Amino acid sequence: MAELITMLALSPTMDEGTLVEWLKKEGDSVSEGELIAEIETDKATMEMESFHDGVLLKLLAAKGDALPVGAPLAVIGQKNEDISDLLASLKSGTPAKAAAEPAPATVAAASPVTTPATPASPASAPASPEDGRMKVSPVARKMAVEAGLNLSSVSGSGPGGRIVMRDIEEAIARPATAKVSAAAIAAPADAAPTKLPLSQMRKTIARRLVEVWTTTPHFYVTAEFDMAKTMAQRKEINEGLAASGSGVKVSVNDMIIKASALALKAYPKVNVSFQGDHLVQYADVHIGIAVAVDDGLITPVIRNADLKSLSTIATEVRELAGRAREKRLKPNEYSGGTFSISNLGMFGIDEFSAIINPPEAAILACGAVQDIPVVVDGEVRVGTRMRVTLSCDHRAVDGAAGAGFLLELRKFLENPILMLI
Amino acid sequence: MRKLAYRQALNEALAEELARDEDVFLMGEEVAEYNGAYKVSVGLLDKFGPKRVIDTPITEAGFAGIGIGAAMVGLKPVIEMMTFNFAVLALDQIMNTAAKMRYMSGGQLSCPIVIRGPGGAAGHLGAQHSQSLEQQYVHIPGLKVVMPSTPYDAKGLLKSAIRDPDPVVFIESELMYGWEGEVPEEEYLIPIGKADVKREGTDCTILTWSRMVHVALGAAETLAEQGISVEVVDLRSLRPLDKEAIRESVKKTNRAVVIEEAWGWASVGASVAEFVSRDLFDFLDAPVGRLHQREIPMPYAYNLEPLNLPNEQWVIDAVKRACYVD
Repeated sequence: MAELITMLALSPTMDEGTLVEWLKKEGDSVSEGELIAEIETDKATMEMESFHDGVLLKLLAAKGDALPVGAPLAVIGQKNEDISDLLASLKSGTPAKAAAEPAPATVAAASPVTTPATPASPASAPASPEDGRMKVSPVARKMAVEAGLNLSSVSGSGPGGRIVMRDIEEAIARPATAKVSAAAIAAPADAAPTKLPLSQMRKTIARRLVEVWTTTPHFYVTAEFDMAKTMAQRKEINEGLAASGSGVKVSVNDMIIKASALALKAYPKVNVSFQGDHLVQYADVHIGIAVAVDDGLITPVIRNADLKSLSTIATEVRELAGRAREKRLKPNEYSGGTFSISNLGMFGIDEFSAIINPPEAAILACGAVQDIPVVVDGEVRVGTRMRVTLSCDHRAVDGAAGAGFLLELRKFLENPILMLI
Repeated sequence: MRKLAYRQALNEALAEELARDEDVFLMGEEVAEYNGAYKVSVGLLDKFGPKRVIDTPITEAGFAGIGIGAAMVGLKPVIEMMTFNFAVLALDQIMNTAAKMRYMSGGQLSCPIVIRGPGGAAGHLGAQHSQSLEQQYVHIPGLKVVMPSTPYDAKGLLKSAIRDPDPVVFIESELMYGWEGEVPEEEYLIPIGKADVKREGTDCTILTWSRMVHVALGAAETLAEQGISVEVVDLRSLRPLDKEAIRESVKKTNRAVVIEEAWGWASVGASVAEFVSRDLFDFLDAPVGRLHQREIPMPYAYNLEPLNLPNEQWVIDAVKRACYVD
């Protein structure tokens, strides 16, 4: 009996995948567990394995096709089996629906995803009029996404402040005149812009960040740390590592990871997650590191970073970031973080603020370590400083708690010897 | 075009089908000598004789069973229930035999029967004779359920029901038997499973059937004067349901109110509203509105019955809520 192979959900947030490559062709024999295709999900390129023994009778998708989860990819069965009925029923669209049921994610060599029990997005939290949550009718939300409109800039005229269709229509109509005149001045008449198709990752980033930004009340606390001792100690560590011939090199970011992990352990109020009707207090510290990749970014996670040595962290970060750029991360390697760090110091950025990566409650944005004039004991001297900004989910973390965490972090970065204790 | 009363349109459909196919016969309480309790079968005994138009004793389970048996061996009976309040006695035959014979015989038997009669509130008839029981039939796979709102629809749908190879429950409206509407002279059929847009509009879709279509149309008229454009979709066939027509309308208006005369809990309206909420979630600007009679037995008192049933003011208020007006 011929079986249909369908697009599987290969990541927790995947709803569409792109066929990168068939690893088998029509007529090839395939055994259960054998790899048959490479699929680009919103996070990574994954290998998909067969559930069945048999012969690949028909490939239904071509390289580059973007297909929703559940869409038919291929037919597998016995050699010379007649599959015309199956193909005809596919045309009429009946079995594709059944296949759209959530399929188990089967990834070659993937271990179970250890995401904390959290909803897929903050938007799915139950609404109640008292919880201060932004209320948006489904069609209004859809229109806002399509128009690229930030919902937090729209005020709702429906019951309980619900944003409804007419509010979006008004918001779209309002700036139209200004847009037109600006365009008339700026745009050269005949330089046609290029329309770039969205990658799976780009689509997910767009969708999720609109959700997070419009449903999570962010606030920011900024501090400047004296990094002189950290820089000196890093130099010493790296000289020592080089002398021992280990080949590992510790970066400033590795030290920030370790310091943040220890600070979270010492000050757990920020190591939490807002879950609608309760808070989750994490016992472990898993730190997500924002890594820029070709068409977006991804946050591989350093698990139990508070318990790892600087050289272990350095090795892990390098390895995970490398595979992130090749889109070879497994789902359990980029999920389950309890806190994230985004560092733009290498680009010479003084300071910036980041958007929280849910279900986490905070993210640390680090600027460059720079030599700047500072006042010490009434005299201007050269100091080594770094500015960091902590973005907090105000539903879970208050200003004093955000400041309390930075105080703890300052302790470790200004006296890095404490990280050894 | 000529105008006919709802009961005359049904009478024409029966007469045409009795003449067209000698396997068709009509059976029920008072259908022959008395010309029908509601005069739907006027003149049919004279025209087609006592073998085609048959009076029965007051035994709903019995004559429904005889009809179902006749259908299984090749005849095409039309069984009149004096009202659907009494058809509960025949529910076992309808649910356990008519609805299931094709399935349980592996397709060897079919049951081309029509069970028809009036339903709904009828003005001062009390709790036992005023019920809207369509949910009992719509719930059952194997049955088709039709509830026409106009003489035109009643005639075209009854002719299709009689020709249908499977059991069709055809629920008329006791209050509408005398209501007139345009019906052409020439023959026509209306397919089962197709809804009909009775009034086009852009701001809110009303999904309803049977007598409530007219309540909705009256409210739509008032709402139009207040600048709210309502689309009234007459579902006509409750099983199968015309999901495409619902999608088309709600995608246009982004709002829906479902109106039924029956009780609301676990009702046909509940299922229609559930379908809209799930299937059209991304198109909705407001929660799907619902109207139905109150969750009580129908009061006998003249002044209380109207207070128990959805009326134009209820519809106006529900549409305004869906449109976030007032």
